[in-house]
Amino acid sequence: MSVPFYVSPEQLMKDKADYARKGIARGRAVVVLAYEGGIVFASENASRALHKISEIYDRVAFAAVGKYNEFENLRVAGVRYADLRGYSYDRGDVTARGLANAYAQTLGTVFTTGPKPYEVELVVAEVGRTPEQDQVYRLTYDGSVADEHGYVAMGGSAEQISARLGERWRAGMSLEEALRTAVDALGSDAQAEAAGRGPRRIAPDQLEVAVLDRARARRTFRRLGGPVLARLLGEAGAGAPDAPAGPGAPAGPDTPAQPAG
Amino acid sequence: MPGSSSFTDFVREHAPEVLPGARRLPGAVPLAGPGAVPGGGPGAGQPPHATTIVALVTADGVVVAGDRRATAGNVIAQRDIEKVFPADDHSAVGIAGTAGLALEMVRLFQVELEHYEKLEGALMSFEGKANRLSAMIRGNLGLAMQGLAVVPLFAGYDLDARRGRIVSYDVTGGRYEEVDHHAVGSGSVFARGALKKLFRPGLSSAEAVRVAVEALWDAADDDSATGGPDLVRRTWPVVAVVSAEGYRRLEQEELSAVVEGVVAGRTGNPGGAPALAGGTGGTGGTGTGAGTGTEGQGVQR
Repeated sequence: MSVPFYVSPEQLMKDKADYARKGIARGRAVVVLAYEGGIVFASENASRALHKISEIYDRVAFAAVGKYNEFENLRVAGVRYADLRGYSYDRGDVTARGLANAYAQTLGTVFTTGPKPYEVELVVAEVGRTPEQDQVYRLTYDGSVADEHGYVAMGGSAEQISARLGERWRAGMSLEEALRTAVDALGSDAQAEAAGRGPRRIAPDQLEVAVLDRARARRTFRRLGGPVLARLLGEAGAGAPDAPAGPGAPAGPDTPAQPAG
Repeated sequence: MPGSSSFTDFVREHAPEVLPGARRLPGAVPLAGPGAVPGGGPGAGQPPHATTIVALVTADGVVVAGDRRATAGNVIAQRDIEKVFPADDHSAVGIAGTAGLALEMVRLFQVELEHYEKLEGALMSFEGKANRLSAMIRGNLGLAMQGLAVVPLFAGYDLDARRGRIVSYDVTGGRYEEVDHHAVGSGSVFARGALKKLFRPGLSSAEAVRVAVEALWDAADDDSATGGPDLVRRTWPVVAVVSAEGYRRLEQEELSAVVEGVVAGRTGNPGGAPALAGGTGGTGGTGTGAGTGTEGQGVQR
């Protein structure tokens, strides 16, 4: 009769954590930065269809790294949670804190009881009426929640990128400054460190960028891409206006106007 | 599969109690159903009723307008009700029928479209939106048969076809695409007459706004359940312009100019007969009048 090997709980958790961490570190990073007019999300992502950054609700957005199918499941669950809450209560009752708690429960349960932990790390961010009211929560594979201020980096080379952000980020940056800081940090990964020639240059078409724009009335989430993004990343002091998009920007699924009520 | 992209389907499975259709009325109830005006006074036992909506296709999209009156029997239940809403960025929905049910339907419809958009990362097609609304109306058929009907008018800019489109419905959820213009609600008969005379293809949005306000005036003129512009309270109809650029509700000041133009045009010319000769090709209501009060009858552009 075979007796199963005894594995101590410490060892079991450690193995699971190592497994999840390895999976997360394999992917490209996502950075989230507070700027004067809201919160900006950026990631190196060549795909136009498989997003790492998504809208959840009026003032709440979601960013994730790790396994796509796992965080996509969590994203869909988040949109459903938010829409159901907003529909049965009020749109103002959907908060990042509530969503972060729901995610923490799910991630924690999967980590302790599932056969394998989710290999994901998430950020749930909510843009407030003022910069002081902005909320950024970071959730790790085991369901722990951290309340972040200013900036977050997660995914591959998160340490190097975070260090770079720590050097350059300050409160009250303009969108252009924040975006350049974000792209510079994304380029300062382990690969660039090994090459020793400073940050890699990342072309705008390799970037997935979105903002939660404090100035917008209802749905504050907006993707930035194409010419708008290129202009924002252009030379400093080129006199580019602060607004994320010109008035003639084509309206698409991610550039909603502000319907009332 | 992670389930449907439809918010309604999701809610029906997980929280059916919050859906409008989940509340069944006990048996055959008289008209004094839920939401009825309480008490024993005039209008008692009648749920508020929303009335006239007009929509017309323009060169750039559509214009949708609704008056501001809700009635309960012979009582005015509300003077400033809003009956035209953005369904999403490129469509509008106007409501006629039982106000409470209609407002709830619009709210669900808005969430339905936004939910799909967020989950799929793509906009629903115009046909898709029209069909979703159709299904919601059909879901209300039981109540409609008890006298609590909801009949919306759906209009918007079709991003694929690159033109404005109007869809009307009946209480069973039947959907019918309308050409050029349409009106629903108790004053619609009169509004349609006005639209027929004032509409021409390729109207600019500004001209169409004028036509819409003229049509609502005609509806209010003959239908007691439709409210005209309230000059005392400065309550104007809700007018929305939907084009490729999106949904835009006209501001109060912008509308004031149009409404004042219509009022001036109708002064001494209550039927709003267009100029028979030497007309400026205006959009109606620019008549020469009966020779009185010619001042202030100018064309409002």
